[in-house]
Amino acid sequence: MADSGSEDIAVIGNTDLTPSESENNIKNAKKPMIEKGTSLLKRMEISVAEAEKRTGKNTVNMQETYTVYLIETRPVDAALEGTNPVPDSLWRRYSEFELLRNYLLVTYPFVVVPPLPEKRAEFVWHKLSADNMDPDFVERRRVGLENFLLRVASHPVLSYDKILYSFLTEENGWKENVFETGFQAKADSRLKALNATFRVKNPDKRFADMKHYGDDLQSVISQLLRVRARAADRLYGVYKVHGNYGRVFSEWSAIEKEMGDGLQSAGHHMDAYAASVDDILEEEEHYADQLKEYLFYADSLRAVCKKHELTQYELEMTAQDLTSKKQQREELATGTVRTFSLKGMTSKLFGQETTEQREAKLKMLETQIEEGEELVKERNAECEEFVKSAWVDVEMFKEQKDRDLREALISYAIMQISMCKKGIQVWNNAKECFSKM
Amino acid sequence: MMSGSVVDNAVSSSNTSVAIPRDTSGQILNLDEDDDLEVFSKDMIYTDGSSLSASMQTSPGSMVNQYKFEEEEEDADAKDIFVTVDNPESHVTAIETHITYRVVTKTTRSEFDSSEFEVRRRYQDFLWLRGRLEEAHPTLIVHPLPEKFVMKGMVERFNEDFIETRRRALHRFLNKIAGHPIFSSTEDFKIFLTAEAGELTSHKKQGPGFLSRVGETVRAVAAAVRGVRNRPAEFTVMQEYVEAFSEKMSSLDKVTQRIAREQKEHLQELKECGPTYMLWSNSEEELAEPLKSMAGCLDRCCKETEEQVKQLNDNLIPALHEYVLCTEILKAVLRRRDNMQAECEAKTEALATKKADREVESKVLSLAWDNFVGRSSEEVKQQKRQKLEGEIKEMQDELDKMEDRLEWANNALKSDWTRWQKVMRTDLRSAFINTAERNVNYYEKCLAVWESFLFSQRAEGEESGRIDSS
Repeated sequence: MADSGSEDIAVIGNTDLTPSESENNIKNAKKPMIEKGTSLLKRMEISVAEAEKRTGKNTVNMQETYTVYLIETRPVDAALEGTNPVPDSLWRRYSEFELLRNYLLVTYPFVVVPPLPEKRAEFVWHKLSADNMDPDFVERRRVGLENFLLRVASHPVLSYDKILYSFLTEENGWKENVFETGFQAKADSRLKALNATFRVKNPDKRFADMKHYGDDLQSVISQLLRVRARAADRLYGVYKVHGNYGRVFSEWSAIEKEMGDGLQSAGHHMDAYAASVDDILEEEEHYADQLKEYLFYADSLRAVCKKHELTQYELEMTAQDLTSKKQQREELATGTVRTFSLKGMTSKLFGQETTEQREAKLKMLETQIEEGEELVKERNAECEEFVKSAWVDVEMFKEQKDRDLREALISYAIMQISMCKKGIQVWNNAKECFSKM
Repeated sequence: MMSGSVVDNAVSSSNTSVAIPRDTSGQILNLDEDDDLEVFSKDMIYTDGSSLSASMQTSPGSMVNQYKFEEEEEDADAKDIFVTVDNPESHVTAIETHITYRVVTKTTRSEFDSSEFEVRRRYQDFLWLRGRLEEAHPTLIVHPLPEKFVMKGMVERFNEDFIETRRRALHRFLNKIAGHPIFSSTEDFKIFLTAEAGELTSHKKQGPGFLSRVGETVRAVAAAVRGVRNRPAEFTVMQEYVEAFSEKMSSLDKVTQRIAREQKEHLQELKECGPTYMLWSNSEEELAEPLKSMAGCLDRCCKETEEQVKQLNDNLIPALHEYVLCTEILKAVLRRRDNMQAECEAKTEALATKKADREVESKVLSLAWDNFVGRSSEEVKQQKRQKLEGEIKEMQDELDKMEDRLEWANNALKSDWTRWQKVMRTDLRSAFINTAERNVNYYEKCLAVWESFLFSQRAEGEESGRIDSS
């Protein structure tokens, strides 16, 4: 694990899950299984407790409405002691989270950085509002932001970051701090590099495979989310149409003598059935959110692989450059021209250079070669270092992904069971009412 | 009006009894031409003894008592006749092809020569039977038959589902007739159940002539135009009920069909979920197993959903639809009763007018004419008076008969109405209970699917030491 030596944090070695924690994790199926043994989260409790609407003037001096989220932090020891002091808190908006994340992406390119909840509502089915101001959307975003912070604060590398700490604790000074790091300059070149296409001769196979996996994951989860949204839409229709039974039964019961009571009460159950779909689909959205997190994680994964390609490419380019320089030296020293070069041609046409000129050139080349060799050594070390730390993080990510998604599938099954149980209850009740018809 | 659509051979091979014919355009026209005219004669009650059991041909009062008596006797334990309709088969002749159904009767009734009968009948035969019953008892409620031809959804007559739905409806129809105290004891019903094909055809040719039926239609139309003046309150109540009931049944029919449609579309989407999880499992290692398992669960849920839609289409929808058709029949019955009453009222008025005529002593114009043609005034007066008295007597007799008929019809309708309501209640109650049960069943099956998934995942988790045994 990378040790970036933040001064006031003790390194905790134990990262195993205790039995109580894992049990807790099953119950909180919606929350990811966070390793509590790591530094920041061990020291402080973090939560995104509330959301509020604000209005203000933006950068172009226009009125805008936006949502802010309350981040609460509390030292863990205080909670353990049972004194329960008031938590420290500050308000942040979504764009500030984005800023933090971009900083982390640039500063730790070998880390699969946790994603933020989606900027705009995607994969909506008809009832779900695509409006960013919709309370359901805001609530789900709040949960997603908390999730992001918990993941970052428990990451063996990211959790030590000072800017992160500042984000959590300094309401006003934080933005200055982040810009002072100068990460934005790096951000632009990073973005360019990510989008560039280049051919790498010897990529690490594991990273190449990971990149393909990231592509596959993204494509299959997108498809799944689309299909799921359409199915949810249809299910909504089925349930809601049953509400019409309620209305018609009620009207019908008015003209019947013996059948009236049975019909009337059956109608109420039909109304209840129709109404129950709202809760069911709200729960399903949580499942969709869990899938979405890994959809966006796929992007982070791909970014790490791409970064590896980039470092590898730069190494290869540097090595290639060194090789060609060495070749030039050889040619110059022995006087042979092995390969076609403009120099060779011109010297043939205009005559050989003087000895002094040749000596000077050789000397320059020697210097360049020396520098080049240093550079290659550096780049090689960089590459190796990157591969080492990145692969550690990728492995960790893989384990986390397998755990989380398995839990998500289990919680989906639990949801379906709950839905079936509700259905059984409603229709048994209705059946009883029908028997009284 | 019927397009001569060509039946394709798409009927699945599970209906292997006979080859399904290719060209049925002629067939559809055929069905129309053979329809009995929906004209009925009220005189049929008295003049056509074959429509009534012997015990009915007495005074209206005792008829009513008889009817009530028989009705009280009728309960499940006393059921002495069992009828089934099954085994649809394609019947090929030189000129056409049609579907026939097997009708099996088991009975202990004495009026039947044997205790078991098996015949083959086609849809036309059912139409004929129903027509006869309705003709003979215009103010009784005859259960509807499934429709001749379903236009929506382009269902073809020889489509397997269509045939099966029709078969079930025919079965229900025949059982309703068998369970009706009056209908089940008619000669027509007996012949329908027992006669061989040739016998039935010749029996069908009997019945009142075309012209007499036309005469009745004219009277009926005139009465309908006139309208009834003093309808008894109870029939107005019935009519109001039928209007409201008709609306509710239509609504329920529509709602249920909509549910079936939505569920079908839901199924379409659901069918894509399983394969997507399967696709995902191909990229995964640890996750492959739970993803595959998930795919399996979703596929099983799809099957259950498919079954649920089928149940809806096979049971609740036809049941509701039948009662939609019933409401039209009820309206017709009430109309016919009204017409009967209108005719009575018209006759009463006419009689009153004639009687008023009798009071008038002098008819200036007619005397003048008679003098002109050379008859003595006294003679003429005498003749006139006698003629008038004769006419009045005739009309009185007719009116008495009509009023008796009306009273009988009213009472019969009232009894049948009560009976119909009971049957309706039973039918719809059991249809809804049935639906509720199937829905419970659906959810129970899906519940089992997901619980098995949970179980397998928890077991796996315990094995690899990932999860606490909980």
